[in-house]
Amino acid sequence: MRFHFKTSYDQDIRLFPDWWNFSLYALLLVLLLVMPWLIDDFYLGEMTNVLIWAVAGLGLMILTGQTGLVSLGHSAFMALGCYLTVNFMDTGMPFLLAFVLAGVVTGVVGAIVAIPALKLHGVYLSIFTLALAILADDIIVILDHWTGGVNGIYAPEIWIFGFEINRWAMPASWYYLALGTALFVTLIYRNLLRAPLGRAFAAVRDSEISAQAMGVDVARTKTLAFGFSCAFAGMGGALMGLFAGAFNNETFNFLLAIQLLMMIIIGGLGFIHGAFLGAIVIAFLPQLLAIGTDTLGINSVPGLETGVFGMILIAFILFEPMGLYGRWLKIRTWLELFPFARRDMFRRQKTYLKTERLR
Amino acid sequence: MSLLTLENVTLKFGGVTAVNNLSMSVNEGEVFALVGPNGAGKSTVFNMISRFYTPVRGSIAFDGHDLLKRKPSQVPSLGIARTFQNIELFERATVLQNLLVGRHRHRKTTLVEEMFFIGRTREQERQHRHAVEEVIDFLDLQAYRDKMIAGLPYGVRKVVELARALATKPRLLLLDEPASGLSVEETQDMRWWIDDIRRQMGITVLMVEHDMGLVSKVCDRVLALADGAKLAEGSPAEVQAHPAVIEAYLGTAAISKTANAKGERV
Ligand SMILES: Nc1ncnc2c1ncn2[C@@H]1O[C@H](COP(=O)(O)OP(=O)(O)OP(=O)(O)O)[C@@H](O)[C@H]1O
Ligand SMILES: [Mg+2]
Repeated sequence: MRFHFKTSYDQDIRLFPDWWNFSLYALLLVLLLVMPWLIDDFYLGEMTNVLIWAVAGLGLMILTGQTGLVSLGHSAFMALGCYLTVNFMDTGMPFLLAFVLAGVVTGVVGAIVAIPALKLHGVYLSIFTLALAILADDIIVILDHWTGGVNGIYAPEIWIFGFEINRWAMPASWYYLALGTALFVTLIYRNLLRAPLGRAFAAVRDSEISAQAMGVDVARTKTLAFGFSCAFAGMGGALMGLFAGAFNNETFNFLLAIQLLMMIIIGGLGFIHGAFLGAIVIAFLPQLLAIGTDTLGINSVPGLETGVFGMILIAFILFEPMGLYGRWLKIRTWLELFPFARRDMFRRQKTYLKTERLR
Repeated sequence: MSLLTLENVTLKFGGVTAVNNLSMSVNEGEVFALVGPNGAGKSTVFNMISRFYTPVRGSIAFDGHDLLKRKPSQVPSLGIARTFQNIELFERATVLQNLLVGRHRHRKTTLVEEMFFIGRTREQERQHRHAVEEVIDFLDLQAYRDKMIAGLPYGVRKVVELARALATKPRLLLLDEPASGLSVEETQDMRWWIDDIRRQMGITVLMVEHDMGLVSKVCDRVLALADGAKLAEGSPAEVQAHPAVIEAYLGTAAISKTANAKGERV
């Protein structure tokens, strides 16, 4: 059992509330940094994949988990980020600059695209974004001068300050690129959460009416949420395409957006940890299934992955709507209170629905 | 001196005239109550001041500003805060986070400062926290500081909503039925708090309340509405004794009984 004592306001403002918490994350970081020495190249590639999904997942999380706007179209912004990066590099721009600039431009485009969607709620917004994803597919084909159309393009060589980032020659280089990006995005996400904008996101999610009554400009907040979300998704998309080595319109079709959404729901909506946990599930599930079918001695079934993934999603929605991270929080609380935890402690309390009532 | 002025305000919902040619004025430093039977248009008056509704006729001014020129999210920056009849809190956030949203209008940080948590951000956060902590102490919410709203009992939610409004440091506080659904003890607390809000904090209060016991204890002036129109205005005793008011409440015997019968919970 562990007690939390608060001695100053800074404990709630700092990145890490206490020494214990800081140590845990420092340990995790060290572990991540030495990972290339601990696991073989194959699994290092899988870890890179996890981190890339997590970057895109954090993007969707800020919109859906934090601000309550469900997007089924983030594949469009992932594509935009990827094609922008490559096209910027074509003009001779160094990778790092092209990558970050592509993220910023994708964010700005996302914020502009969001403007007509500001008045849309719930399922209407989702359909609007889904339409964007389908449209993006066609646009990629039409703009084949820049995108390579259906034939796609090969990822250019990536150099950062004289180091080559090469998946085959040096898997660790890609791993560190993905890790650096994930850390950068996580830090911005965390900073926003402890600042007024992050609280405005939550306010808009839970009650637009009272957010306005507190002086939160709902349209501005939603626009910014779209902006950050699309910027992160764009960076994730860029990494995903470049890591794959070659990509075309199929790489970024709308199924990617739906997978991304399922991923953050399984991980836990509204938690940074949720994006990472969901990414672990999505990246390692194919491996697990392959091992499973191998040991059972059956041939791999087409569509098995998607089917199992869908089933996992349904199970979570029914039994643990707070996702993997929500489950972990409950386990942790139980451990911390041991042996005083009561069985009914986590029973769902009477929840008051989002009402938006004025009278 | 008049802080809030409504002049000949009319608002219609389709064929229903919810507020009919209403004029009223709330003076700086007083506690003013709007009373009237269900559906009289009291909440609608609040929602016009918050700019969720726009009257078809008339004007609303706050401290020399034309409120009708503002968007709902620009109203709090003038110093107007409110609570809702049916409690509108941010459910998936803690009490502390809810109150910190109340500080939104006082933020001075830019987007880039917030993204990287640089510049004024940390110092501002400390100040927001300090201001919120004063409200927590004032309303005795220490025990609930880190609790999620979802799962808090009704009476506590009511106090949290008051706290969030106070965290904005308003000049005018609009309370829509602050005592409805509260127990006798909780209503007592509410009464002392409203007194202190006016006396210690110097905040002007405009409230809607059915509990005439509470109204006569804390209010300086009362305006009675029925069917959107003004019936009577004056001290609590005057309004309660006014023939038109008694007639409007006829059928529900005495006004105080209405209050008890109305102990509705969402
Ligand atoms: N958004 C709306 N759309 C249509 N009619 C409305 C709307 N809001 C209020 N009304 C109507 O306007 C009238 C006044 O409603 P209002 O909510 O202001 O009453 P009230 O005095 O606050 O009553 P109560 O004591 O029940 O809260 C009622 O007839 C109500 O049905
Ligand atoms: Mg009302």
